[in-house]
Amino acid sequence: MDARAQLVMVFNLDKCIGCHACSISCKNIWTDRRGAEYMWWNNVETKPGIGYPKMWEDQGTFKGGWVVDGGRLRLRALGKVPTLLNMFFQPNMPKMEDYYEPFDFDYGNLYGAGEGNDQPVASAFSQITGRKIETIRGGPNWDDDLSGSQLYAAKDVNLEERGIVEEYGRMFMQYLPRTCNHCLHPACVASCPSRAMYKRGEDGIVLVDQDVCRGWRFCTSTCPYKKVYFNWDTGKAEKCIHCFPRTETGQCMACAHSCVGRIRYVGVLLYDADKVEQALLKADVELVEAHRALILDPLDPAVREAAGKNGVSDQWLEAAVKSPVHALVKEFGLALPLHPEFRTLPMAYYIPSLSPVLSTLGDTHELMEHGLFPEAESLRAPLSYLASLLSGGNREIVAAALAKLVALRAFMRARNLDQPVDAGVLERAGLTEAAAVRLYRLLAIGGYGERYVIPAQQREEQDPHVRKGAGGFGILKKAGRGK
Amino acid sequence: MSSGRIKDDRTPEDRGWEEFYRNRWQYDKVVRSTHGVNCTGGCSWMVHVKDGIVGWELQANDYPQFNSSIPNHEPRGCTRGISYSWYLYSPLRVKHPYMRGALIDLWREARQRYADPVDAWRSIVETPESRKAYTGKRGMGGFRRAAWDDVVELIAASTIYTAKKFGPDRVIGFTPIPAMSMISYAAGTRFLQLFGGVSMSFYDWYCDLPPASPQVWGEQTDVNESADWFNASYIVLCGSNVPMTRTPDSHFLTEARYRGAKVVVMSPDYSIATKFADNWLPIEQGHDGAFWMAVNHVILKEWYADRQVPFFEEYARKFTDLPFLVKLGEKDGVLRPGEFLRAGELERSAGIEHADWTLCVADGTGEVKIPHGSIGSRWAKAEGKWNLDMKDMVDGTEIDCRLTFLGGETCSVRFRFETDGDVAREVPVRRIATRNGEATVTTVFDLLMAQFGVARGLGGDYPQSYEQDKPFTPKWQEKYTGIAAGSMLKIAREWAGNGEKSGGRNMIIVGAGINHWFHNDLIYRAAITSLLLTGSVGRNGAGLAHYVGQEKVVPLAPWTSIAMAQDWVKPSRLQNTPSFWYIHSDQWRYDRSFVDYFKPETGEKMPLHAADMNAKAVRLGWLPFTPHFNDSTLRLVDAAKAAGARTDDEIRGWLVARLKSGETRFAIEDPDGEGNTPKVWFIWRANAISSSAKGHEFFLKHVIGAPNSSFTAKEVAKGAVKDLEWHEKAPEGKMDLVVDLNFRMDTSTLYSDIVLPAATWYEKSDLNTTDMHSFVNCLDAAVPPAWESKPDWKIFGLIARKVSELSARHFPAPVKDIVAAPLLHDTPGEIAQRSVKDWKLGECEPVPGKTMPNLAIVERDYVNLYNRFLSVGPAMGQLGAHGVTWEAGDVHEKLLERMPTRAWNGKTYIDLEDEKVVADVILAFAPETNGELAYRSYQDLEKRVGKPLSQIVAGDRNYRITWEEITQKPRRFISTAVWSGLVNDGRPYAPYTLNVEHGVPWRTLSGRQSLYLDHPYYGAFHEGLPTFKGKIPPAILDETEGETGLVLNFLTPHGKWSIHSTYSDNLRMLTLSRAGQVVWLNPEDAAGEGIGDNEEIEVFNANGVVVCRAIVSSRIPKGAAFMYHAPERTLNIKKSKKSGRRGGVHNSLSRIRLKPTLMLGGYAQFSYYFNYWGPTGVNRDCSVVVRKLRG
Repeated sequence: MDARAQLVMVFNLDKCIGCHACSISCKNIWTDRRGAEYMWWNNVETKPGIGYPKMWEDQGTFKGGWVVDGGRLRLRALGKVPTLLNMFFQPNMPKMEDYYEPFDFDYGNLYGAGEGNDQPVASAFSQITGRKIETIRGGPNWDDDLSGSQLYAAKDVNLEERGIVEEYGRMFMQYLPRTCNHCLHPACVASCPSRAMYKRGEDGIVLVDQDVCRGWRFCTSTCPYKKVYFNWDTGKAEKCIHCFPRTETGQCMACAHSCVGRIRYVGVLLYDADKVEQALLKADVELVEAHRALILDPLDPAVREAAGKNGVSDQWLEAAVKSPVHALVKEFGLALPLHPEFRTLPMAYYIPSLSPVLSTLGDTHELMEHGLFPEAESLRAPLSYLASLLSGGNREIVAAALAKLVALRAFMRARNLDQPVDAGVLERAGLTEAAAVRLYRLLAIGGYGERYVIPAQQREEQDPHVRKGAGGFGILKKAGRGK
Repeated sequence: MSSGRIKDDRTPEDRGWEEFYRNRWQYDKVVRSTHGVNCTGGCSWMVHVKDGIVGWELQANDYPQFNSSIPNHEPRGCTRGISYSWYLYSPLRVKHPYMRGALIDLWREARQRYADPVDAWRSIVETPESRKAYTGKRGMGGFRRAAWDDVVELIAASTIYTAKKFGPDRVIGFTPIPAMSMISYAAGTRFLQLFGGVSMSFYDWYCDLPPASPQVWGEQTDVNESADWFNASYIVLCGSNVPMTRTPDSHFLTEARYRGAKVVVMSPDYSIATKFADNWLPIEQGHDGAFWMAVNHVILKEWYADRQVPFFEEYARKFTDLPFLVKLGEKDGVLRPGEFLRAGELERSAGIEHADWTLCVADGTGEVKIPHGSIGSRWAKAEGKWNLDMKDMVDGTEIDCRLTFLGGETCSVRFRFETDGDVAREVPVRRIATRNGEATVTTVFDLLMAQFGVARGLGGDYPQSYEQDKPFTPKWQEKYTGIAAGSMLKIAREWAGNGEKSGGRNMIIVGAGINHWFHNDLIYRAAITSLLLTGSVGRNGAGLAHYVGQEKVVPLAPWTSIAMAQDWVKPSRLQNTPSFWYIHSDQWRYDRSFVDYFKPETGEKMPLHAADMNAKAVRLGWLPFTPHFNDSTLRLVDAAKAAGARTDDEIRGWLVARLKSGETRFAIEDPDGEGNTPKVWFIWRANAISSSAKGHEFFLKHVIGAPNSSFTAKEVAKGAVKDLEWHEKAPEGKMDLVVDLNFRMDTSTLYSDIVLPAATWYEKSDLNTTDMHSFVNCLDAAVPPAWESKPDWKIFGLIARKVSELSARHFPAPVKDIVAAPLLHDTPGEIAQRSVKDWKLGECEPVPGKTMPNLAIVERDYVNLYNRFLSVGPAMGQLGAHGVTWEAGDVHEKLLERMPTRAWNGKTYIDLEDEKVVADVILAFAPETNGELAYRSYQDLEKRVGKPLSQIVAGDRNYRITWEEITQKPRRFISTAVWSGLVNDGRPYAPYTLNVEHGVPWRTLSGRQSLYLDHPYYGAFHEGLPTFKGKIPPAILDETEGETGLVLNFLTPHGKWSIHSTYSDNLRMLTLSRAGQVVWLNPEDAAGEGIGDNEEIEVFNANGVVVCRAIVSSRIPKGAAFMYHAPERTLNIKKSKKSGRRGGVHNSLSRIRLKPTLMLGGYAQFSYYFNYWGPTGVNRDCSVVVRKLRG
């Protein structure tokens, strides 16, 4: 057993309001500079939709992630041909039109325009070329809230049938916030010819060493989530750093901090690194179970011993015990990995969202028959869609998660109204009363300290006595923003 | 690790580069502030300063938790707020004062010719060519930088010139929603009120005020804080998109679901909120009322007629007017619902005080009794009976009041429905002896049953089943709502069942989606009825949670005193803005007689055009209007004196006689007349010419005089208007000067003459409260005001100082001014007019404060205006709000010892130069933040009510909040008699819990929640009882006449990427959205016109033209165009092919129509108060033509 610890984020899509506060806090702090304009380390996508960059989920085009080939994993993009051929050209990399041309406005004209015959305006121009843009045709969130649904939502690769987004009786809308998944089996790291990328042992955060990166952009191509970006100004790759300067000091990531929908959880997961590759050889529909099997029980003495050997501290083991992420992913089986079939073993998990009951529209709008709360089968978001996103196509796993949410609501309603509790409701969903109470607290009441259980890093091995006095003077590296 | 090529760990030395990112995260200072934007978020933010520059902001997460069973408030703050730091240093920032170039030249030239700035200003505005030289170029570019000294001098000169020439009531100011940054609001209004200028309302103008709230509750708006949603077990969102518009609150909604609350969303589009619904009802926009009418039909049938629920009935008896007696009036041989029976009509109760304002019920034996709590007892000299006790006012006995006369005699009564015409339905009645003979009475409950069509075995035109298409059955509603009767019925039953099982924890979260229609009051009343019938108002987790620009200045009383300068001068000169702009932007000239779309009973004696009705409302003291008269209010005093008037009473008497004879007229009767228009306009914290200007293009023409106005509406009022003087040509560019304080160049700024650089919300100190939570927040300066900007408080201070300086010559001694103030709610004025009598028609004598406005004589001391502005005035110790008063002279004395002071004219005052002191003064005088004063407020109310109340805060008497404390952490306010909700023991604020739990009456005619409005005008329009009236048909709107293309209903809900227009021009929001103005269309509608996604379109009607891009989306219903408001017309807007001019903003397509029944006054809850009562700026009954921008 190679027991390792990682900081992992869970997103409760059932609570996501699609507000994008997360994206802005990230942008303000990390990517508000030249060369990084188009980088959205954190973004939020409307589903159905094609996301950012456009159609990123379509690995037929972008060829990211891993495939099983002859009983082994290989990077989809690289095939069996040596990587040298691709050294200077990344054929599968998204182009600017797959992202967008960052724009700005000539606001100064509103002050500076001379007196004319009509009202002056601020025209748009490109932040890349400086040239005027007559009509803006793209952005990082262009299909927000089903904008241009026929052009975008209908092309969502997870939809079995595109007509669904056009029918009042059946259409639906949800949100999908995304950051780097800080995968256990990261394609980006594996593909970097400069070895500039690495996964930090102490917390699992995947980084691009800005000193070492030579701008080959293999990472951009091979990341199936398209979460590594190329800084056109510095010529280096950059990506979500999980706000390590914050997490190292026990604070949650800025995106999680600013999550006003309170959908995010951050905590420690222990996993067995020895078994990662084996787990990824499973069939698509078995991958979620394989994920879960990798996650270790922090109360198991053998696990604790193995983790200790790898330098996982007592504080981290404590945090793993209290981890809301462990509860939601492993114990409750409520949070699922995004596109596990990309086989990078993403370490971000999503609780699937409920949606309104199906209906039909004839002369009048008619709701489908249902109880007070619609059951998982009668929801507008089809199970097949959610399964395509979150379980490698395994509908049962998604249905089981949704059933837990519905059962929790029925159980809590009975309590709330002082009505008799139907024990069968919880049982059928695989919950006990105690588990339901705990889950309720996690999903509804849990405050900052319960949603984010982040142990600070210990730095004793890094000559703290010297750093105490000298840190920040740039003896390790000159400070510099933007360059 | 899975790949041998990956090293999962690296040595510390290899990772030294990681400081690259660590250094970015390092910062120098964190300061707590928030965003003073027109938003009810009230979120606490931590602003991070690095190298003396604001780097970024993150939400505070240190809100105290109410109690362990309610989720706490962290983090509050949305995507818009978190993008704010972009504005500080962006190229959009107003960095210096700017002036229209032509005006700079004129001013410099005039100042060389005239030593006195007032003379210089006169020379410019009294020369038509020079005036036109700058007013005629408004909005056309040509700004130039100016010096602070110059612009302040010009502004001061313009105000003094206007006061001298026309009167100070021609100087107006607009700023909305004080709660968001109340000291900045107060800056301008304090200056204006000391000057004699006009403070304009906003809540009614924005159509955010729900008139149903005054109608039913006698309350402007009082709502649950969002944490209380968590206590509801059935929530319907109706016209509200919570995640979009209440972003920081929405987690309480999503989390309530886990507690077992059911969520139903009524929304024509698949909105963000719909994502959280169990059931989505894509209801026809504007017809939500039909759905609720049918819900009420089902509740009354199944829970009141077929079966009785003691919980519901007890609630109805105690807390609603359902048991009260109504006379049936006969006209043309037909019985109709009439007025409430009054105690004064009965022999046994005629002697009680204000018997005409005291209502009656019947007891179990059918005998008429007079319960406590009618509005008469509120203003009676004998205190202690204004309460909800069912005790007889005459003999004090308990009344076992009945809801119905069913089982006895019946009469056939006529009910008229706009949708279905007249129906005759039998109603149980009783005949009683009155002083004027026999009267036939029934109960409100019996009328309600008949109105809703619940037969109870009675004869007449009642529906016989739910399937019958008669008002107001489930089947009947189908054709209006588009919702299947079966689905509607299911929800109605769940609703009533939940009310019964949960003890009344039904909640409706309502929003602008239903509030912006002409008949919004009817939609609301239908929904409110469903709450009242299920006992769901006045408890936690229940009620009508109206979230439409609702604002709550928590420390209301001391803030009002400071903001309206009432510590120096009373009454204030306040204006209801919808009436003001309907008249002054001349929209009335383009409006038909309302009879075409709002038909009264024929033969009613009332004006038939909204402008005439408004003029009547002004002269009868129902609504305010400025300018008051067709002459200066200062000159009138002089004229009165010259005519021999010595005392204030004699001045008043002189003026009344002049008004009666017609020698002096109310200005509203000749609004386009020379000198009767507003002249100087201050705009701050607002986008008054754009996002606030319904009928923007009418504003551009008549108010601003900009040459690019593009409306084509016809002047159809000619001939239809009787009372107002008709000028063949309406004035254009009425304003002499438009001054805008702003931190960004928005559309209003672009059309102003002078732009003053305002400090941003991270550069000043201020107070912030909201009704979405019960904390008091601060704005505080993270960095100093950048470039030449200044806080609003300082800017108006500069202007005030200059006005005082120039007054040494122009107003050397104090002068007297006349303020015409309407009959006010929460004062005895609200029982002034038992019936409508017009002195102008000779129906009564003009008596100020009784049959006409109060005419108050006040003093203006211009030389000391600046001193007064910066000094806490002597009247600060006597405070009050909502009819509750308390003495705080001791607080004033103690503060004088502690606070900075300034001395002038031999007296010492608290010095208000520092905004932090202003904040501390407000917090010290407010019962919400000073427990001792909270205690005194309850002491005052309990005398009036006759029930113990002060015990509510007995344990809080030592509670205090200071400025220093709120910069450290959000602090929660405490319960006070000013507000109807209670927050003791960590319970969330829910309105009317004081009423339900402590027997305090609502501030209405009956003292109860009013289902029946008996004012004769309501009867005339058949709106006495809750009813349904649909959208106004486009043919009558005169907007898309003759157009054959794609004609759609134009809807302007609140958007995702802005708070009104703020943030709409922020590059962050532009990047995440479609980067500018867009209109959302349904794919079928769009395809019919060949419009594709992101293509340029033109949207127009008679009101104006918008040019923008289309978003084509299947989540939009057919027949509607959505333009999320409010964009700016400043970003990449193309020229219109139709008008040849730059395309406009969403308000280019809107205009307002005033609902006459909202103009009433002097009649209980239908009495004016600022932002409380009056017609609202409805804008959703609007149609537009959409087509491709033709090349």
